[in-house]
Amino acid sequence: MSKIMVSRRRLITGAAVGSTALLAGCDAFDSVADRSSPLRGFLEATGNTLSYRIQRLLVGGHSMAQEFAESEIRQPMRPNGVTRPNDPVYLGLAAKDFTDYRLEVSGLVEKPASFSLAELMTMPSRTQITRHDCVEGWSCIAKWTGVPLAHLLDQAGVKPQARFVVFHCLDTIERSSSGDIKYYESIDLIDARHPQTILAYGMNGQRLPIENGAPLRVRVERQLGYKMAKYVRAIELVDHLSPIGLGKGGYWEDRGYEWYAGI
Amino acid sequence: MTSDPGTTMDKLVERASAGSGARPLVYRQALATRITHWIWAISLFFLLLSGLQIFNAHPALYIGHQSGFEFDNAVLEIGARRAADGTPQGITRVLGAEFETTGILGLSGGDRLQVRAFPAWLTIPSFQDLATGRVVHFFFAWTLAITLLFWLGFSIWNGHLRRDLAPRGDDLHNLPREIADHARLRFHRRREYNTLQKFSYLMVLFVLFPLIVLTGLSMSPAFNSAAPWLVDLFGGRQTARTIHFLVMLLLVLFFVIHIVMVVAAGPINELRSIVTGWYRTDAPATDEKEA
Repeated sequence: MSKIMVSRRRLITGAAVGSTALLAGCDAFDSVADRSSPLRGFLEATGNTLSYRIQRLLVGGHSMAQEFAESEIRQPMRPNGVTRPNDPVYLGLAAKDFTDYRLEVSGLVEKPASFSLAELMTMPSRTQITRHDCVEGWSCIAKWTGVPLAHLLDQAGVKPQARFVVFHCLDTIERSSSGDIKYYESIDLIDARHPQTILAYGMNGQRLPIENGAPLRVRVERQLGYKMAKYVRAIELVDHLSPIGLGKGGYWEDRGYEWYAGI
Repeated sequence: MTSDPGTTMDKLVERASAGSGARPLVYRQALATRITHWIWAISLFFLLLSGLQIFNAHPALYIGHQSGFEFDNAVLEIGARRAADGTPQGITRVLGAEFETTGILGLSGGDRLQVRAFPAWLTIPSFQDLATGRVVHFFFAWTLAITLLFWLGFSIWNGHLRRDLAPRGDDLHNLPREIADHARLRFHRRREYNTLQKFSYLMVLFVLFPLIVLTGLSMSPAFNSAAPWLVDLFGGRQTARTIHFLVMLLLVLFFVIHIVMVVAAGPINELRSIVTGWYRTDAPATDEKEA
């Protein structure tokens, strides 16, 4: 009997010690949020490199993202990020229903070019019903129609030293003291040439709405939503990402998110 | 490491018991078991708190491929609202049932109340920072998964799996008495794990760990493209996310019981065995009488 009593006292003490240890976890690790801390750099580099290398190894370049039936489109596509750009240039293009819009293709290409929306819509197209996964955790299924990015790359002729495609956008994502920042993103050529990677001008059987990125947005179906830049103005072929933005390859990447968002 | 741990261990038991008499010290936990145990303990701590940070970015769980914004397939939602009199409330909805959880879920922070699903003291970092949550989570996810593979290799090689964890015929036979003994916090300290220990360790190592890794991978769009059958097996990406969360709750439950058992069975002795490997067993005579 006494043994049981002792055990119970131990139990209570143990529970108290255990919960104190847990409570102490509150802000003891906040320093890891500091984007310049070496610890964070180590964690990020290790985890991110492992994810990228092993997924590229296992998944390779050719695996296809799941596609769904029409019946799985059960709701309008949820818009996220900037949904109503108020940049004068954008508003001017939107006012004329994007008839003056041109997509520029530049950088490390043989033939820099630009295409109107009408020209893009007469090119080979691909329609796919896919699941959009936001980094926040939610998913939404929608139908996308657009021109395969690989087709545009072939038209422009990618130079051998090019390694990444950078998307420059029309929308201002952040107004800071040092100037407005327009959204930018980048992917490697494996994803750029993937058959499901398209520049979409149509959604759920209609013209792409403004809140979802009209006139043109990226679909990179094997990565998370923030890779799929909306309101694309230009695509640029580059050999490294350091001159772009703060050097990590995208607006969110420069604020601590992974460049490889396949996970 | 020895080539034949069984024989060495018997010798060690003999040597130790010669010195201490009635309650022999035995070498219970191999180095690989101890190291993997502590790597998991640290990893799970960071995975839990960074996982709750990630959950806070979209504090709802659903069934199916997608999240219902225009239809309702949510099974859990944590949020905040204003009551009729204007006071803010934290609200948790589970399978349609609504609970006020102000102070812990939905709305927390003492004097400076904040709208957030899990409170600051349960997330890393303490403030809202999804990017950092993901960096910490994926680092320790890799640590946990790689350690699990190492553990499996070592446990097959050194016999830990076959000798200590594999259920035997008498495990089932002993079960009713063991449950009764555990309920009265009466423990038999032997080198061998008892049936309930075997069951809970096997559950964690061969069911919960693989499940949490696989449901985690099923949330990766790139992994989905490589193995679409897996996310389909779980019933869609959002169901996989829900299962991931439920397995987390089961691991927390295991942790609580594990700590309660360690404390009740004698924390010094239990801790010594998972730090140094050496465990003081009950006097053999008493043990036999009880058996």
